[in-house]
Order: sequence, then structure tokens, then C-alpha cells
Amino acid sequence: MSDHHHKETFVTKYIFSTDHKMISKQYLVTGIFMGVIGVFMSMLFRLQIAWPDTSFSIIEAFLGRHQDGGVMSPDIYLAIVTIHGTIMVFFVLTAGLSGTFSNLLIPLQIGARDMASGFLNMVSYWLFFLSSVIMVISLFVEAGPASAGWTIYPPLSALPQAIPGSGMGMTLWLVSMAIFIASSLLGALNYIVTVLNLRTVGMKMTRLPLTIWAFFVTAIIGVVSFPVLLSAALLLIFDRSFGTSFFLSDIFIQGEVLHYQGGSPVLFEHLFWFLGHPEVYIVLLPALGITSEIISTNSRKPIFGYRAMIGSIIAIAFLSTIVWGHHMFISGMNPFLGSVFTFTTLLIAIPSAVKAFNYITTLWKGNLQMNPAMLFSIGLVSTFISGGLTGLVLGDSALDINVHDTYFVVAHFHLVMGVSAIYGMFAGVYHWFPKMYGRMMNKTLGYWHFWITAVAAYGVFFPMHFIGLAGLPRRYYSNTAFPLFDDVADVNIVITLFAILGGAAQIIFLANFFISIYKGKKAEQNPWRSNTLEWTTPVEHIHGNWPGEIPAVHRWPYDYSKPGHDEDFVSQVVPLYEGEEES
Amino acid sequence: MTALLYILLAIVVAVAIWQVASILNLKSVIATEKDNNTQGILFAAFGIFFYGLMIFSFVKYSSILLPDSASLEGEKYDTLYMVTMVLILVVQAITQFLLFYFAFKYRGVKGRKALFYADSHKLEMIWTIIPAVVLAGLVLYGLSVWIDVMDPSDAENPLIVEVYAKQFQWEARYAGEDNELGLANVRNIKGINTMGVDMTDKNALDDVPVRELHLPKGRKVIFKFRSQDVLHSAYMPHFRAQMNCVPGMVTQFAFTPSMTTEEMRLNDKTITKVDGINKIRAEKGEDPYEFDYLLLCNKICGSSHYNMQMKIIVEEESEFNSWLSNQKTMAQVVQ
Repeated sequence: MSDHHHKETFVTKYIFSTDHKMISKQYLVTGIFMGVIGVFMSMLFRLQIAWPDTSFSIIEAFLGRHQDGGVMSPDIYLAIVTIHGTIMVFFVLTAGLSGTFSNLLIPLQIGARDMASGFLNMVSYWLFFLSSVIMVISLFVEAGPASAGWTIYPPLSALPQAIPGSGMGMTLWLVSMAIFIASSLLGALNYIVTVLNLRTVGMKMTRLPLTIWAFFVTAIIGVVSFPVLLSAALLLIFDRSFGTSFFLSDIFIQGEVLHYQGGSPVLFEHLFWFLGHPEVYIVLLPALGITSEIISTNSRKPIFGYRAMIGSIIAIAFLSTIVWGHHMFISGMNPFLGSVFTFTTLLIAIPSAVKAFNYITTLWKGNLQMNPAMLFSIGLVSTFISGGLTGLVLGDSALDINVHDTYFVVAHFHLVMGVSAIYGMFAGVYHWFPKMYGRMMNKTLGYWHFWITAVAAYGVFFPMHFIGLAGLPRRYYSNTAFPLFDDVADVNIVITLFAILGGAAQIIFLANFFISIYKGKKAEQNPWRSNTLEWTTPVEHIHGNWPGEIPAVHRWPYDYSKPGHDEDFVSQVVPLYEGEEES
Repeated sequence: MTALLYILLAIVVAVAIWQVASILNLKSVIATEKDNNTQGILFAAFGIFFYGLMIFSFVKYSSILLPDSASLEGEKYDTLYMVTMVLILVVQAITQFLLFYFAFKYRGVKGRKALFYADSHKLEMIWTIIPAVVLAGLVLYGLSVWIDVMDPSDAENPLIVEVYAKQFQWEARYAGEDNELGLANVRNIKGINTMGVDMTDKNALDDVPVRELHLPKGRKVIFKFRSQDVLHSAYMPHFRAQMNCVPGMVTQFAFTPSMTTEEMRLNDKTITKVDGINKIRAEKGEDPYEFDYLLLCNKICGSSHYNMQMKIIVEEESEFNSWLSNQKTMAQVVQ
């Protein structure tokens, strides 16, 4: 590899690149762009929720024909809620997070020149880009984008008569998602093959950093579950366009009976959640992997219970594929199935608890280096616990009855998968920015970014549990039709104010990110004094990662502060000294 | 046009930050001992903010929560909820304390070496087995309540009511004297027969269609849910009851109302809540609100999803019976 140099043109280097490091940056920047759209939408609908019937010039400016005098229409409200969910879950937290860091770290941390197939990797990114473009285009169609909720339950998503967004907007949504799934499958297969086959000498599976374990297992979950969503999307396309009745039956709408007979929306729910629930872990596990690595490095301590962490990643992954029914306790599914899904769901709390306790124990008696990445990682553990615990309410079929689809659910999943995963993403960006761009991000801006975000995130989602417990359904355009909910109006204002604060804080991040690319301080080779292999590569990116031989690995990645060594870190490439025991 | 202004404004802000950041020292990139100290202290402060926010929310927002359950099954729900919530709060309080405390206590100091502590089977066993045991208890308790709520087959003489959903309205149908609902399908919808009741079915004739739900106190009510167009969800939060309405199938839920509307209006928690609401309404110059049970739609169903509701009135059985006997039956309505 090192002895033949392709002449790289601008196009092969920056656009159709097959280098995993460049592809990772492409994923990140696309993910950030989509994230800006997704977060901006949440600002718009939070304005509507807090101050319904109030005119906002920003709404007038951005929503065009979907607003009247600065007040958004109910249909566009549902549409931006839908697109916010879709973009954040799939485009930011699946592609933006996993795509970025799996691509960057898998070859670098296992000691490989590149992904198993650089070409497939490139195709994977460009399919993702295409699906992003289609999703963004769908925002501009005449009747508005898809608006049946990010779960796109039919019949609402199947019938343009039921809601305007189910016309062209929904078609584009489905096409975009189908392409997205293809992209994600290509990526995932590549990750799996690379981890299994291209590890360097000495890199046993039990010496892999937990990041790699997390990406590897995430890819497996993706391969198992994404195709099921693809099939659901295809069947829905058939129902919408070719008159089949997979999900539809006995429908009377706008004065006429439709021809559909014999299908069931509950079938769609099963197919959707067979991906939808594992998706939570597709989003979360990479964030947890990143956190494991960062907490250990910055605590200057080995991650506590390395094998238990691997075990719990695998256990979570396995269980995640048999719990989907907990989204459907009151869907009309047989109550006995509800019992089974309650059982499997609450089992997931055990490996999750192990992970949380292990993180906390890793901090104990550490020597914590408070870099911005570390702050976000500690923040992740906090929101993971806060959000995870309310899962005990929602995962229990009996308790789910009265909080299902209320704001309690919104608060729960935003904390446990939304905020936690985005913290993981931020942590990863701060930590591996020097590896990506050869420069450092500014820490002071990082601190401001973290603390404002942390206060805002709890300020938004903690009170939100209470309006859910007050019985307020999610996805209500306004609560003014119910005097019963007049007393939650104040809470909603508080939430919106915190949301705006949190949204604004992200500008600090964007500024820090883009300025640092060009003006950041030049990075040293191993700025965080870390053990993993990516820090043995030169700062300047080269094709093939290592200039000479790929180094061999002699130890696990967590020998921090190991007795018998002068430094408080020992790189994986350092051989064991005579008589040294491997941890 | 205004959108362009906003975008320009954003660019101006970005340029401003760029300039400020350039002036600021971009060279400070790795946490120093001083940073460790400051940030560690900030974590302690954040811990205080965190507990403060929790306590504040529980005190301030307890008045907006739902009042006591208005159904017998809901009382079991509330007990299970309390047990779970106490457990959650105990675990939350302990783990978050440890997290923020450790972040503060072990903030980095130059020259100190962290403890090399990679494993402890004993500890890991403890925090695998304890959650497992607690969860086993929680699962068994939860499932006993679930089975109890979801299986109304042992009810004596239950009242059968169909709740019928469509964009954006609820209707209902009582099973009438034979206590058996007549067959129905959307293909029979015609004119005043808005629920598509099959009038050739003899069970249908005595069915009673209504637009306002009345329920008798103390008698088990078995609800049969249907939808004519998209998914809806029949949510009756005061009874701790919810079930989706699915086109093409009939779903079911049951509960026994335990407080009449009048009794609920006199319940302490209801009074506190209603007083709170009326204070807000008075400030806005709106009419005072009087408590009523409600059926809401809780599954996104279209533009007016947010305004799809039906009033529920719970009354003594004798009042209920006389109300029901004054309603027209299907046979009378369709003629």
C-alpha cells in the first residue's frame, strides 16, 4: 500500500473518496447539517406549544403558506414534529453518530489500512447523502412533508385524504428512508467484516476498545433489524400506490368506503418496531462505547469491568430485538403478548444497570481530566440513568396504559436516547477532532457548550415528565381545547425557554467546530495521552493510516495508571515487560 | 424574504463569534489542573441544581397531576405506580449523587496517580443480582395488575359499550336490553347510521347510539373500540384507561367506575387542581371551569387530533338507567 501513491484529485480526495477518514468527516458534516434542521424545527414547534395563537415573525418567515399571520397550521405542526423525529433519530443519531465514528475508529483502532471495502463505504455515504437530499426536498412539496408522526402508522400515513402530508411528502419520506436503509446496511456489513477480518497482529477480540465492540454489535443489530423496516416501507408503498391491503381494512373516509379489506395496521406496528426498538440501541450503543473510551482515558483509570461491559453490550443487543412489543401494549395486541414483552423489557434494565454502575466505579478514585469530551461523557451517564429509570414505568405493561403517548414518553426517550446519544456524539467530536482535522477544539467554548446544554436539557425534559403525568397527550397542536390542561401552559413556557437556551448553545458548538477546523491549535500526535492505536498514526492523514508496518498489539487498551509503569498510560503497542501480567 | 433576513442575521452572528473566537485564545485546548478544579466544582454545583430541580418540580407541579383514580382497577394502577416511582427515585437519588460527587471529589490533580482497579467480581455480582431480584419482583407485581386489568372475563353482568372513533369525533353505542352489540361495518354507513350498524342483525335494534358517554358507578364496563378511518386511541386518564381504536378490528378495555362525576368534583385533589386552573382562567378573563371526566384521542390522527374529545359522566346506577331508557334505540333512530 505505502509504495504506490495514487495521484489524488480534488474529486477523489474530497468528494468520491474511499478513505474511511474522509468518509467519516463527510458523515459528520452531513449529520451536523441535518441536525441544525432538526433542532431548528424543534424550536419552531416549541414556540407553538408554549404560545399557541401568538404570532411569530420567525414562523411567518420560514413556514410560508403553512402559516397564517405568524401562526403555524395544525398540519404543518404535525409535519415538523414528524420530520424533527425522523431527522434526529435516523439522519443525526444513526448516520451522523454511528456513520462518523464507526468509519473513523474501526480501521484506526483495530489497526487496519482502511475498511474492508472502501468502495462500498463510499457508496454507503453517497446513498446517505442522497436520502438526506430527498428528505430535505420533501420539506418543500406543495402539501407539506410527511406528517403522520415519525412512526408513520398507517392508515394515517397511507391516505392523503386523512392528512395532507400523506401525499407526495410521504412518498418522498418512504423513498428517502428506503435509500437510507440501503446506505446503513452497506455501512454495517462493512463494519462487521472489517472488525472480524482486518484486526492487526495481537488484536484479539478481548483486546478491542469498547468503542469497537459497541460499533460492531450495533452493526449487527442494524443488519438484523433494518431490512424489516425496509419491508414495512415497501409494503406501505404497495398499499399507497398499488391498491394492496397489507395494513388497511374497513376504512370509511370523507364520505366513501375504500376498497381495502383484510389488512391490519397492527402488523405495520410490529414490523416498524422490530426495527424501531433496536434502533434505540443502534443510536445509543455507539454513544456508550464512545463514553467508555473517554471516561477511561480521562479518569486515567481502566474501564471498570471490561468483560462485563462487553457482556452487557451483547445482552442489550440480544434483548433489544425481542422487546419491540412494549411500544404496542395498548395497540390491541393480545394482552398475553404484553406480559411477555414486559418481562423481556424489564430484563434490559439489568445490563443497563451494570453499565451505569461500571461507569460510576470507573470514576471512583480516578484522576479526572475535565476535558470537554469528559464533561459530555459524565453528562451522558447522568441522562442515561435519569431517562433509563422511567423506562421501568413505560416498560411495565400495566403502568404504560395511562402514560402511553403522553409527554411522559417524550421526556423518557429524549433523555435516554436523544440527549444521551447526542452527548455521546459531542463527546466523540471533542475527543477525536484532533484525529479528524489535525487540530484541537477550544476547551473554553467546549465548557460553555456543555454547561448550558446540560442545564437546558434537564430544564426541558425534567418538567416534561409532569405534564405527561397530568395526562397531556403528545402531538397536540394546542391544549386550548381542554380547560383541564390550562395549568400545564406555564410549564410549557418554562420548557420552551429552556429549549431555546439549549438550541442557542449549539451555536457555540458550531462556531467552535468550524473555526477550529481552520484556526484551531495544531494537534500533537497523542493529545489525550491515550492507549488506543489511532493515536499512533501521524497527525497528517495518509492513505493507509500508518506510514510503515501496522504496529502489533500486545495488551488491552485500558492500561491507565498501571503499577510498574512510569507514565499513567501504556499504549497498546508497548510489549509486556518481563513478568508483567496482562490485565 | 424575512427568512432571508434571519439567515443573514445567523451569518452575522456566526461571523461575530468567529471574530471573538479568533481574539480569544484558541490555543487553550487541553484541561489544566485549574480547569479540572473549576469543572469538578461545577459538577458539584450542577448536582445541587439537579436535586433542586427535582425537588422544585415535585413541589410545584404536584398540583397539576391527575387526581385520584376514578376506577377500581385504577386504584391498583396507582399503587403499582407509587411503588415503582419510589424505587426509581431512590435509585436516581443514589446513583446521581455518586456520579456528581465522584466527578467533584476525584477531579484531576497533578502528580496523583489513579487507582488501577479493573475488576471486581464481587461488586459486579452485587449489581447484577440486586437489580435482577428487584426487577423480578416488579415484573411479577406488574403482571398481576396487568392480567387483572386486561381480563374482564369474570365480571358479573358487565355493561357493554362500543366506543367509535373517526376524524375528529367520538361516538358510542350501548348494547341495549340484550346487552349484546349488533354487528357493524363501515360498509353499512349511511345517513344517520353513522357507525355502520348492521340493521339486519337482530341484536342491533335495541342498541343505543349516543354522543355523550354515561357510565354507572360500581358496575364493570367493557368497552369495545372501533375506528372508521385511521388509528385513534381512546384515552380516559382519570380512569387509568387507554386502548387504541384500530380500523378493521375491535379492541377491548374494561374498568369499574368508582366515583361519580359529582364525587370527583368534591375530591380534595380535584378541588386543588380546579382552583389552580380557575385562577389562571380568571387572569385571562375566561369563564370558570368545572371538572368533567373526558375521553381524549391519544394517537395522532390528523389536523384536529388536538380537539377530539367526548365528555364522560359517571352517575349512580339508578340515574344511569333512567338516562339510558330516555335515549333512542337504533331501531328508533334509523326509522
